[in-house]
Amino acid sequence: MQVGLTHYLVVSALLFCLGLYAMLSRRNAVAILMGIELMLNASNINLVAFNKYVAPAALNGQVFALVVITLAACEAGVGLALVMAAYRNLETVHVDEINVMKW
Amino acid sequence: MVELTWLIPFLPLAAFALIVAFGRRLPGHGAYVAVAGMGLAAVLSIGIFLQMLGHAEPYEANVRWLLLGQVPLDLGIRVDALTTIMLLVVTVVGSMIFVYSIGYMHGDPRYPRFFAYLSLFAASMLLLVLANNLLFLYVGWELVGLCSYLLIGFYFEKPSAARASMKAFITTRVGDFFMFLGILLIFLHLGTFRFEDIFAKVREGALGTLTVGGLPILTVAAVLLFGGAVGKSAQVPLHTWLPDAMEGPTPVSALIHAATMVAAGVYMVARTFTLFFASPGREALEVVAWIGGITALMAATIGVVQDDIKRVLAYSTISQLGLMMLGLGAGGYTAGMFHLMTHAFFKALLFLGAGSVIHAMHTNSIKEMGGLARVMPSTYWTFLIGTLALAGVFPFAGFWSKDEILLEVLHHNPILFAFGALTSFLTAFYMFRVILYTFMGTTRSPRVHPHESPRVMTGPLWVLAGFSAVIGLVGAPFLGNPFHGFLHFEGVKAVPFSLALAAASLGIAGLGILAAYAVYYWKIIPASALRRAVGPLHTLVASKYYFDELYAAAFVRPTLWIAAALRNFDIYVIDLLVNLIGFGGLGLARLYRVVDIYVVDGAVNMIGVTVGLFGRTLRYVQTGRAQNYLLVIALGVIVILAAGLFR
Repeated sequence: MQVGLTHYLVVSALLFCLGLYAMLSRRNAVAILMGIELMLNASNINLVAFNKYVAPAALNGQVFALVVITLAACEAGVGLALVMAAYRNLETVHVDEINVMKW
Repeated sequence: MVELTWLIPFLPLAAFALIVAFGRRLPGHGAYVAVAGMGLAAVLSIGIFLQMLGHAEPYEANVRWLLLGQVPLDLGIRVDALTTIMLLVVTVVGSMIFVYSIGYMHGDPRYPRFFAYLSLFAASMLLLVLANNLLFLYVGWELVGLCSYLLIGFYFEKPSAARASMKAFITTRVGDFFMFLGILLIFLHLGTFRFEDIFAKVREGALGTLTVGGLPILTVAAVLLFGGAVGKSAQVPLHTWLPDAMEGPTPVSALIHAATMVAAGVYMVARTFTLFFASPGREALEVVAWIGGITALMAATIGVVQDDIKRVLAYSTISQLGLMMLGLGAGGYTAGMFHLMTHAFFKALLFLGAGSVIHAMHTNSIKEMGGLARVMPSTYWTFLIGTLALAGVFPFAGFWSKDEILLEVLHHNPILFAFGALTSFLTAFYMFRVILYTFMGTTRSPRVHPHESPRVMTGPLWVLAGFSAVIGLVGAPFLGNPFHGFLHFEGVKAVPFSLALAAASLGIAGLGILAAYAVYYWKIIPASALRRAVGPLHTLVASKYYFDELYAAAFVRPTLWIAAALRNFDIYVIDLLVNLIGFGGLGLARLYRVVDIYVVDGAVNMIGVTVGLFGRTLRYVQTGRAQNYLLVIALGVIVILAAGLFR
């Protein structure tokens, strides 16, 4: 079986849905961050796959994927810092318990 | 000099303004300012008089006030012989009275106000005298009336003074109404207010054949004008206000109600003499003469039975004003004005003397006085000179002027002459009655210790006494009657002097004096016996011919009754209507209130409640959990994608 664009896209979509599910359903902030990572990686697969199959001569998709990876690292750093701060102040990392801004 | 005439009324007016503005802070609490204003006006008047003596042409100056259609209304002044005489009288007598007032009003709580009013009066009177047209004269006429009102009611806390001021104002107003009608009548037919224009047109016969209500218009106009003079100069039947006007301070009585304002009526008749003279058959003059004669005699009889020294002088003033009118009415233009001038001096003197006596005795009743000649020599001698002048004793002022009037009247109408002669007799009689009661014998109020008045009061008395003694000589026949040469009416021939009449008039005065001595000094015929002998006549005279009662019954009470009726109408009909409308409005307002609360407020509240409800409902959507929002976003994206796919 020849591996084509569609296969990559299906894997990517599955990965995105898993990430989304994790982000929406987990109470733990760290788990939510992990979900976000999954979703970002799903988009990276998309970018790379489209680069390979649609415009093999260009490098845009590859480069863009590298940028997203960089961004994901930054996001994880900031996100974890926030979680640390929240834990120190509120003694919890469960987002449903972080409700001081709620009415 | 004559160009400065406008300053004459302006100076007292400026004094008035200054006193009103600064009051007690001025030198002499304002008195010196008033005296200075009046004194300067007197100096100017004398200067103008000297200039006019040289037979200068009459001087006129006009300032345009406004245009009435095509008719210009000017604020104009005219200086001629008649004006000059009046200027002299008003300013000289006025200055004396101003000075006297410094002493008389001393210690009065409203001292500056008194001088302010006096100055305003002087300004108005001078305005009246200087006016060269009827309208301007009327302005001054009303202004002096106002000042008279203010000054009669100067002691307004006294109800009698307040009432007297009102009476004076309303009574003279009746006359003024007629006068205004007369002015309008003249203006309607001649189209001008200016004296010279009116006289020129009248002389041309502009009103010759016109009639109003079957009477010649000229006569009607002249008599209407005379109506004003009747009010202002207290002639019968509008004389009742003047005796009551004595409630005012004595200098006011002297200045306004003896020397100047009440003489304004006489002056006005003299000023418009051409109209009276030109009326067909001189009917208007005839009216003036009869009113004057009746007034003179009637007032003189009342003067005999009055016990209040000022009231005697008041009735004497009415009587003498009547005599002036009689003189004018008989054609004695010069005689009437001459008597006005001499009378101003000696009557002012008499009033000031009376004021001095009242100042010392604190009573007005001559029956409570007596023996004052010894303690108040200055007052006594000056009062005596004034009395002799008024009684018409040679060679004092009144002799010459009264004699001239009697002379004119004798040639006019014997009945009126009898009136005049009887008046002279009574005048001498009642004046000496006052002298004998006040200054002779012994005091009837032993507990009062009178003393002579201060210099500032006796000084003016002596000056006026000097004038009263000699001023008559300007009309003395043996000096060629210079007064007549100065002031006379073209077209009337002066009646030649008659020695016999002069002797007779002196005899009448002497008889009056003798009679007074017989009754009140030697007591040959006791006063009580005399009273009993004339019985009802005395009652009639003592009741002042029931004029006040008549007016009370005819005018005052009906007016009050109508006023009461109108008041009831006001309360029960007008007020009722107003209240009904008010209640209607109130009911309507209550209705609106209900609508407002339940409809308008309801709608507003409903909007609020609805919005609140929405808010409260939607609040539950805002969970504050980022995951919920993300879920919604994700679902939204899915919905949009699905919509895109299955379109």
